[in-house]
Amino acid sequence: MERRKRNWHVWAGFLLCLLGVVSYFVLFARFPVTRDVPWANFLIMAAGLGFLISGLRRAYGQSQQYKGKIVGPVLSVFGLAAIGLFCFVIFYATKQMPKAAGAPKVGEKAPEFTLVDTDNRQVSLANLLATPLPNSSRPPKGLFLIFYRGYW
Amino acid sequence: MVPIAISVDSPADSRELRQKAGYTFPFLSDSDTTAIRAYDLLHKGQGVDGHDVARPGEFLVDSNGVVRWVNLTEDFRVRARGDQFLAQARQLR
Repeated sequence: MERRKRNWHVWAGFLLCLLGVVSYFVLFARFPVTRDVPWANFLIMAAGLGFLISGLRRAYGQSQQYKGKIVGPVLSVFGLAAIGLFCFVIFYATKQMPKAAGAPKVGEKAPEFTLVDTDNRQVSLANLLATPLPNSSRPPKGLFLIFYRGYW
Repeated sequence: MVPIAISVDSPADSRELRQKAGYTFPFLSDSDTTAIRAYDLLHKGQGVDGHDVARPGEFLVDSNGVVRWVNLTEDFRVRARGDQFLAQARQLR
């Protein structure tokens, strides 16, 4: 029996699918231009799908020359599952947030609060608005209140 | 203009984050979510061990304490960017 060639396209396709998912969280989510719409990740995954399809064609269409009749479908299923999970997170999971319908609106008074800073000092919104900036004698023209999720 | 960061993180956690990131503006700790609830930003049970956190929300407050700009994202991946803050800060002058 003639020795068949290793079907590296299915492996490349699978690894590109994984890379397309993982690279979002470790790299592309850091930059707004690749974070808001994950186009870079979809490009990588599209390349992965291309290799998977090519690998499957080799495995089944040119099966005398190439291996991969078992490993091809298995890796394809895992690759597709990774892409599916990614799409679920990007298009659904991160959008599950309360509406914040009662948040203060433009023109309304910002609700007063008193919280502790990183030196455990009590700080109120009124303090922050009245306290002069370092290097200046005047209080700030305004504040950006940035509420964030924190360490969860 | 001064950014003020607010989360449920403890002062110690916030201090670590602030130092690591090299920020000089204040980080305030709202561990019992009073301010977060006053701004209607509570996201129930989303913390690591099921505690409540804030959903992302950004407000520009002028020197009279009046809200001049609000940004409430519908997707917590997509948060306000530095250039949006700068554009708003310029308008306030």
